[in-house]
Amino acid sequence: MKRLAWTGFGTACVFLQGCSGWQSALDPKGPAASELAWLIWFFTALCAVIWVLVMIALATPLLMRPLARSEPLALDSGADRRKLRVVVIAVGLTAAIVVGLTLLSFFANRTLAAIGSDAALTIRVTGHQWWWEVRYEDATPSRILTTANEIHIPAGEPVRLLLTSTDVIHSFWVPSLSGKLDLIPGHINVLDIKADKPGVYRGQCAEFCGAQHANMGTFIIAEPRAKFDAWWNDQLQPAGPPASDEAKAGEDLFLSRPCVMCHRIGGTPAGGTVAPDLTHIASRRTLAAGTLTMSRGNLAAWIADPQGVKPGSHMPVVELNGDELNAIVAYLEGLK
Amino acid sequence: MRHGAAMFLFTLLTLAACQREERDTRPQSSLGSGEQPMPVTTLEPGGQRPSASDNKAASFEANAFHLSEGKRLFSWFNCSGCHANGGGGMGPALMDQKWLYGSSIENIHATIRDGRPKGMPSFRDKIPDDQIWELAAFVRSLSGNAPSSAAPQRNDDMMPHPSENRMPDAATLGKSP
Amino acid sequence: MSSADLTSERDLPPKRETASKGDLAPEPDGPRDTGMDDASLHRWLTRAWRTPPGIIGALSSVDHKVIARRYLITAFIFLCLGGLNAVAMRVQLSGPQRGLIGPDLYNQLFTMHGVTMMFLFAVPIVQATGIYLVPLMVGTRNIAFPRLNAFGYWIYVSGGAFAWISFLLNMAPDVGWFAYVPLSGPEFSPGKRADVWAQMITYTEVSSLAVAVATIVTVFKQRAPGMSLDKIPLYVWALLVTSFVVVFAMPAVMITSTFLILDRLVGTHIFNPAEGGDALLFQHLFWFFGHPEVYIIFLPATGMVSSIIPAFARRPTFGHLGLVLSLISVGFLSFGLWVHHMFATGLPKLGASFFTASSMLIAIPNGVQIFCWLATLWDGRPVIRTPLLFVFGFFFIFVIGGLTGVMLASVPLDLQVHDTYFVVAHFHYVLIGGSVFPLLGAAYFWFPKITGRMMSERLGRWHFGLAFIGFNAAFFPMHLVGLWGMPRRVYTYSAELGWGNINLFISAGAMLFFLSFVLFTFNLIHGALKGAPAGDNPWDAGTLEWATSSPPPSYNFTRIPIVTNVEPLWAERETLPVATGLRVDVRELLISTVAEAHPDIREKSATPSIWPLLAAIAVGATFLYSIFTPWAIVWGAVPIALTLVGWFWPKGDPEDEE
Repeated sequence: MKRLAWTGFGTACVFLQGCSGWQSALDPKGPAASELAWLIWFFTALCAVIWVLVMIALATPLLMRPLARSEPLALDSGADRRKLRVVVIAVGLTAAIVVGLTLLSFFANRTLAAIGSDAALTIRVTGHQWWWEVRYEDATPSRILTTANEIHIPAGEPVRLLLTSTDVIHSFWVPSLSGKLDLIPGHINVLDIKADKPGVYRGQCAEFCGAQHANMGTFIIAEPRAKFDAWWNDQLQPAGPPASDEAKAGEDLFLSRPCVMCHRIGGTPAGGTVAPDLTHIASRRTLAAGTLTMSRGNLAAWIADPQGVKPGSHMPVVELNGDELNAIVAYLEGLK
Repeated sequence: MRHGAAMFLFTLLTLAACQREERDTRPQSSLGSGEQPMPVTTLEPGGQRPSASDNKAASFEANAFHLSEGKRLFSWFNCSGCHANGGGGMGPALMDQKWLYGSSIENIHATIRDGRPKGMPSFRDKIPDDQIWELAAFVRSLSGNAPSSAAPQRNDDMMPHPSENRMPDAATLGKSP
Repeated sequence: MSSADLTSERDLPPKRETASKGDLAPEPDGPRDTGMDDASLHRWLTRAWRTPPGIIGALSSVDHKVIARRYLITAFIFLCLGGLNAVAMRVQLSGPQRGLIGPDLYNQLFTMHGVTMMFLFAVPIVQATGIYLVPLMVGTRNIAFPRLNAFGYWIYVSGGAFAWISFLLNMAPDVGWFAYVPLSGPEFSPGKRADVWAQMITYTEVSSLAVAVATIVTVFKQRAPGMSLDKIPLYVWALLVTSFVVVFAMPAVMITSTFLILDRLVGTHIFNPAEGGDALLFQHLFWFFGHPEVYIIFLPATGMVSSIIPAFARRPTFGHLGLVLSLISVGFLSFGLWVHHMFATGLPKLGASFFTASSMLIAIPNGVQIFCWLATLWDGRPVIRTPLLFVFGFFFIFVIGGLTGVMLASVPLDLQVHDTYFVVAHFHYVLIGGSVFPLLGAAYFWFPKITGRMMSERLGRWHFGLAFIGFNAAFFPMHLVGLWGMPRRVYTYSAELGWGNINLFISAGAMLFFLSFVLFTFNLIHGALKGAPAGDNPWDAGTLEWATSSPPPSYNFTRIPIVTNVEPLWAERETLPVATGLRVDVRELLISTVAEAHPDIREKSATPSIWPLLAAIAVGATFLYSIFTPWAIVWGAVPIALTLVGWFWPKGDPEDEE
C-alpha cells in the first residue's frame, strides 16, 4: 500500500514534470514535432472541454429534486420540444467542430509536407529484424556511406529519409522530431525530418516486427554542419590498424571466426552485408540497436551471450574462451 | 481405458507440437563439436558400423524454427553461390536424393563443418555449431526429408522450386545423374 | 395476459395456408390456442417446445435461450482467460527490464489476449445477448433457423478450444491479433502458429455469420403483430444493424485469413511483393473488417444502454427515431473509415485526408446518440440502481474514448500516437467503456430475467466502484505513456526511458480491475443460487421480454402478444392484447410482414436435432486438419456433406411436413 502511494506520488511528479524528454511527442525538437505537439495540445484541450460539458449534462439530472414519474408514458410535450432544440443545437455544434478539426488537420498535413521539400541530404533507412541500416546517398559513389542504428544529421537542415524494409514491416519513429512512417518491403516511403538544434533524439520501431520488436531503437544525432561533415569524412575512412597486440589478436580472431560471415569492417577482408557494419562501431553510442550503451563491459556481454541480452536476435552464440573474448573486445573498442 | 487412450493421444500431440514449435535460440547443442569422424556410409566390412546418430541432432529437422533459421542462413551465407537454391551449379544439387557423402543429418553436418574435396570449403569455426546443424537440417528438407508440417514455406522472393513444405517426398524426387 | 382478444383473432389468417395450397386436401390440423385455458395451454406448449431430457437431448437443443446461456457462459470463460493473459502482461511490464516473460511467450500472450477478447469474447457475447433477448423482445417463440443457431454455437466453442489448446501446446499465434504479413507470412513465421490464427479466425466468423443471419430473419419476419418498424425496441434495432454489419464485414476477414493460409500452405504469392503481390493488401482487407468490428461490438452495447436508461429514467427514450437513424448511419459509415488504421503506411496524402473526414463524420451520429440519452435522463432524478451506475460509467469512459478517437482520426496527429500506448488506452476506453460497461450493466439488468433471481445490489455497487476506479487507473495513464514515446507490443523497455513508475501504477490499476471481475463472478454465482426471487418485471420496464415469466418458459409466451407501443408493457398496464390461432401440438410460429408486422402466415419451427453438433464436429475437424494440408478441404467435404444430408433428411415430423 505504501509502495502504491509512493508510486502515485511519483506518477504525479512525472505528470508535473511533463515527460522524460528523450523520446516524447510532447517535447518537440523539430518543426514537424512542434506542429504536431501543438495539434495534440489543441485537440486535448478541446476534447477536455467537450467532455466536461457532457459530464455536467449527465450530472444535472442527478442533482434534481426527485421527480415521481409513476406513469412513464405521461410526457410533457413542451419540455420534449425544448429538449429537441437543445439536442439539435448540440448536434450542429458537433458537426461544426468536426468540420473544423478536419480542416485543421488537413492544413497541418500541408505544413508537414512542406518541411522537407528542399532537403539536400538523402538517407536511405532499411529496416531489418531488429536493427536499422542507414545509407547516406551521394552523387559521388565513393562518398556513399553505410552505417547502422544511428543517424547523424546536420542540425537546422531538412533531411529526406527513404524508408524501406528487406524483411517485415517496421515503423520509423523519433517522436521528438516527427511522426512515424512504416518501412514496408516492396514500398519506399519518404519522411522528411529536421532538428532545430543539435542534440540526441531517441526513436524506436513502432510496428510489431517479431521477437525483438522491443529492442529496436535508433538515435538521431543532430550536429552543426561542420561537425556533421567531419563525421561523414571520418566514417568514410576504413578501419585503422589495431593499436595493440591484443587488438591485433582480436582482428585475427574476428577474421577467422563466425563474425566475418555477417559483419563488414572497412579495410579488412570482412565483408558481410547481412548484419550491421562495424567499421566505426566504437564511435556509436549503443550496441544492438539501442539495447546496451557502448562500453567495454557491454561489448563483452553482448558478444559472449547475445541470446541472453536480446533473445531471438540473429546474432548467434559463438564459443570463445576468455582470452579470445577480451581480444575481440579490445579490437572492436579500437574501431572509432 | 478410453480416458487413457485420450490422454495418450493428447500427450503425443503435445510432444509433436512442442518439438515442432519450440523456439530455442540458444540450443547449446554441443553435439557436433564432436571431433569424431563421421562415417559417410553405413556399409562396413563385417557388418553394420554403429551409427553416431543422436536424437538431438535429428530433432533439429523436426523443429520449424531451426529449419527456417537454416533457410535464412543458407541465403545469408551464400550457399546459393554454388548450390543455386538447391538446384546445383558449381556445386552439386541439393534437392535430389543423390548424396555423395551420406544423407544423414550428421553426414551433412560433417560436410559443412569439414568441407569436401573438389570445392566444398570447411566452415569449421566460421559458422557456430548449432547454425551448422540448422543448415544441415534445412539442406535435408530441400529434398523433402523433413516433416512437411515443420519444413519451411516459400520465401518472399523469387522461388525457383516449390516451397520446402510442398516438396514431393524424397522417393519421388529420385536421383539426378 | 388476457386469453381471448377477438380483434387479434381477426388479424390472424388461419386459412391462408390451406388456401395457398390450392385444391389439395387440407392438412390435418391440430389443436389451436384459441379459447384454450392457460393451464392446458401450458401443458401443450411445454410438450411441443421443451428441450428433450438426457445428454443427447441437451446436445441437440435448439432453444434460443439454452443456446444463448451456453454462449454467455463460454464467452465469460474466454473473458477470464483473456483477462489472465492481460494480468501476465501487466506483471511483465510493471517495471523496466523485468525478466518474468520472454519475448516468445509475451508475443503469444498479447496475440491470444487480442484474439480472445475480440473474436472469442466481445463479438460472441454481444451476439449471445441478442440470441437470448431478440426473440423475447419481438415476441416470438424461438429464433429463426434454430438449428443453424445451435450449429453456430458448436463451431464457436470448437474454434475457441482450438485456439486455447494451441496455446497450451506452445503453438499459439505470436503475430498479433492483426497478423500483418510478411511477419505472419510463410518466410517469417515458422511452424503452425500463424496457421492457427488464420483458420481459427475463418472458423469463429462462420458462427458469427450464422447468428447474424438468424437475427436478421427473426427481426424481419417474426415480430409480434403490430410491432411495425417504428415500434421495434432500440435494442432490437441495434442487433439488426449489427447483424448486417457482420454479414458485410466478416467475409472480408475470412478472405484475408484464407489468403494468408493459401500463401503459407499452398504457396500462392498474394502478399508477396517480389512476385507481384502486396503486403498492404492484407492491411486493407483486414481493416475493412477490423473497423466495422469495433462497431459490431459497440452497437449492441448502445442497444443495451437504450434499454437500461428508459427503465430507470422512467420514460421512453428521447428521440427514438433519431437513435434508430444514427444506428443505421453508424452501420454504413463504419465501412468507410478503415484507412485510419493505416495512416502510417505512407498512403497518398489526399486519400488519407478523405479518411480523416469520414472518420470524423462518424462522431456526429454517435453524438446524436449521446445527446438523446442525456435528454432522456433530464426528465427528473433517475432511479439509481447498479445497471444505471454502469451506464454512467459508460458515459464517463466512452466519451473520453470517443474524443481520443477524434484525435486519432486526424492524419498528422495519428502519426505521433499510432501504435503507441495512447492507442491502447483509446481502444480500451472505447471497447471496455463502450461495450463492457454496458454489458456489465446489462448483466445486472437482465440477470433476473435469465435466472429468475436478483443479483446483490450492494455487491453490485462495490463491483462498479472497483471496476470504475481500476479501469481508469489502469488505462488513463496509458495515454500519457504513449505520448511519452512508449510503443505497443513491446515485451520490455529500458529504465532510462523513464516509464517505470507509471507502468507500475498502470499494473496496479489493472490488478484492481481484474479483482472487480472476481467480485462480479462471485455476485453472479451468489445471485444464481441465493438471490432474491425476481418476479416477471423487477424493474417495471416496458419491453416485451418482461411480459413473460422469469426465467421464460421454453415457448417464451403463452400467447403471442400484440404490440401497440414501443414500450407495450407501459402502454397496456392491465392486460396485454394477444393474438391466437397458433397450433399448440407442434412448434408453430407466427410470421409477420417486414414493415407493418401484419400477421402473415403460420410457420413451423425446427425441432431439436443432434445433426448441428455432428456437422460442427465435421467442420471443426476439417479446419483443424487444414492447418496441415490444403487437401483437408477435399477430404473434409465428405463428412461435412454426410452430416448435412443427415441434417436435412426429411424425418416425417409435423415440423418437416412442408
